[in-house]
Amino acid sequence: MLPHGTALKCGEAAPPVPHITFDAIHKVYPGGVQALHELSFTIPRGSVFGIIGRSGAGKSTLLRSINMLERPSGGRVLVDGIDVGTLGEEALMQLRRRIGMIFQHFNLLSAKTVRENVGLPLRVSGVGAPETSRRVEELLELVGIADKADVYPSKLSGGQKQRVGIARALVHRPDILLCDEATSALDPETTHAILDLLRDINAKLGLTIVLITHDMAVIRAICDEVLVLDQGGRVEQGPVWKVFGDPQGEATRALLRPLQHGVPDDLGRRLRPEPPARGGHAILALRFTGESHPEGLSLASLMALAPEARLLHGGIDRIQGHAQGDLLVAVPADSIRPVASLTFSPDSMRVLGYVADDV
Amino acid sequence: MSPTMFDRYLRAFGETLTMVSVSVAIAISCGLVLALLLVTTAPGGLYPKPRLNKGLSVVVNVFRAIPFIILLVALLPFTRLLVGTTLGIWAAVVPLSIHLIAFYTRIAQVSLNEVDHGLIEAAQAMGFRRWHIVRHVILPEALPGIVGGMTVCVIAMINASAMAGAVGAGGLGDLAIRYGYERYETRVLFEIILILIILVTTVQFGGEWLSRRVNHRR
Ligand SMILES: Nc1ncnc2c1ncn2[C@@H]1O[C@H](COP(=O)(O)OP(=O)(O)O)[C@@H](O)[C@H]1O
Ligand SMILES: [Mg+2]
Repeated sequence: MLPHGTALKCGEAAPPVPHITFDAIHKVYPGGVQALHELSFTIPRGSVFGIIGRSGAGKSTLLRSINMLERPSGGRVLVDGIDVGTLGEEALMQLRRRIGMIFQHFNLLSAKTVRENVGLPLRVSGVGAPETSRRVEELLELVGIADKADVYPSKLSGGQKQRVGIARALVHRPDILLCDEATSALDPETTHAILDLLRDINAKLGLTIVLITHDMAVIRAICDEVLVLDQGGRVEQGPVWKVFGDPQGEATRALLRPLQHGVPDDLGRRLRPEPPARGGHAILALRFTGESHPEGLSLASLMALAPEARLLHGGIDRIQGHAQGDLLVAVPADSIRPVASLTFSPDSMRVLGYVADDV
Repeated sequence: MSPTMFDRYLRAFGETLTMVSVSVAIAISCGLVLALLLVTTAPGGLYPKPRLNKGLSVVVNVFRAIPFIILLVALLPFTRLLVGTTLGIWAAVVPLSIHLIAFYTRIAQVSLNEVDHGLIEAAQAMGFRRWHIVRHVILPEALPGIVGGMTVCVIAMINASAMAGAVGAGGLGDLAIRYGYERYETRVLFEIILILIILVTTVQFGGEWLSRRVNHRR
């Protein structure tokens, strides 16, 4: 049922193998800002794991503790069971070569061409020129930017720069890829293309991707699992469809709001709490969390609400194989049936109010 | 212009060129090393050594604070020790270099500090050694600024060398003082000013051209 992730790829039913484990990780910056509060969770091998939260929630601090760009004040981070906080300079360097990272502002070297940017990590780790150039060609091909090999980054668009960033991050053949707001500086179309590329890489190379974002659409597009962070603490965590379908925390709901349908203004203004004396319509809000009707709902069953039921507004999304979303439905006020008589049940149904005449 | 006068000009020009290029070479190489030391040993730098950093910074400031003409005189004993005389262009190279080292250190330091911290972080995340970060990230990224600073440095050196001329170092400044000032040969004075203007303009344009060549940021 999962559209991606190792569980499907390897066809295994065993519990996912943890790749990265956070154990009571804690961070206080000098100056007293408490960025992370005792967080513990694991990231399964081969998954695309999203961390979302508003700006200042502690996402970058959390992500950067995986390769010790930022040392936590307390707790441990385990990568493949190794406590990365205890590694010496040399061992840490070796570990970092197995963890690729891409950035919001790409961080490409302006004085080097695309080819040199991608090849440099190999060169400084002592890989020979022929091997380096072979690997660079291969990666530029993979990210679809082989024709720009000899161009300087300043001549590239944002999306192209991020492709170079991805190629560079993969050059050591890492098994983890960290993405710090990797699409936040890109327009929606480019964002989509980069996310497609990331998912492609996840499937082809089987690496674990940890990405942070403040945009729920990014989470929906590629993540298997999501952790919602607020003020350094966990709000909730789970499969993306669950968090989207039935958000528990206020912070999560706030982050989801831009993607949800709500009640259109013109309709909202006309809503009355009581049904009119004669005629009129009841406005119902149906919510499907993806739990009870993962396959989607039949239109016939929707019509069982009332034969004259009309869809006004809303949408159904399929996330990880679960159909979920919100629908606003207008039903003639006098023909509304009790929920118990329905052959289907939304996960929640509320009467928002009534409108006097035609909708 | 009489042949002898022309010879004097040529000789003075050669002396200025020698003085300037030797001092610039010394000042830029030492200044760059000092600037790298200052940047990398700063708190939060690649090799944080706060005490060394502070000490170095104070020394550079001391030399920056002393006006060149005073430094020239103050360094006389040191110059004699180093080159055996206090006259001639080689004697002038000593105070010129020292004066310009301090000047160029600060210029280069600004360029090195301007390198986006995100680039250094990206290199760290990719498992670069610290030395590789200096060699492949900080230096190349700061190169346009470093080259631009050299232009400023060469021009400042041309100025200062004229002053050194006043204390018998030779060169165009010497010629200007001896003929233009002491013998009231205003024409010589103007001709030398013209030569200096051409020299400075050439350096400026050359420097700007080079700076553009190494800048791939736009
Ligand atoms: N180097 C730092 N020094 C002090 N405070 C910091 C530093 N970096 C981040 N912070 C603070 O820690 C909190 C979390 O920051 P960050 O992890 O960057 O959040 P996010 O990536 O979610 O926007 C913020 O309040 C931020 O101001
Ligand atoms: Mg951040």
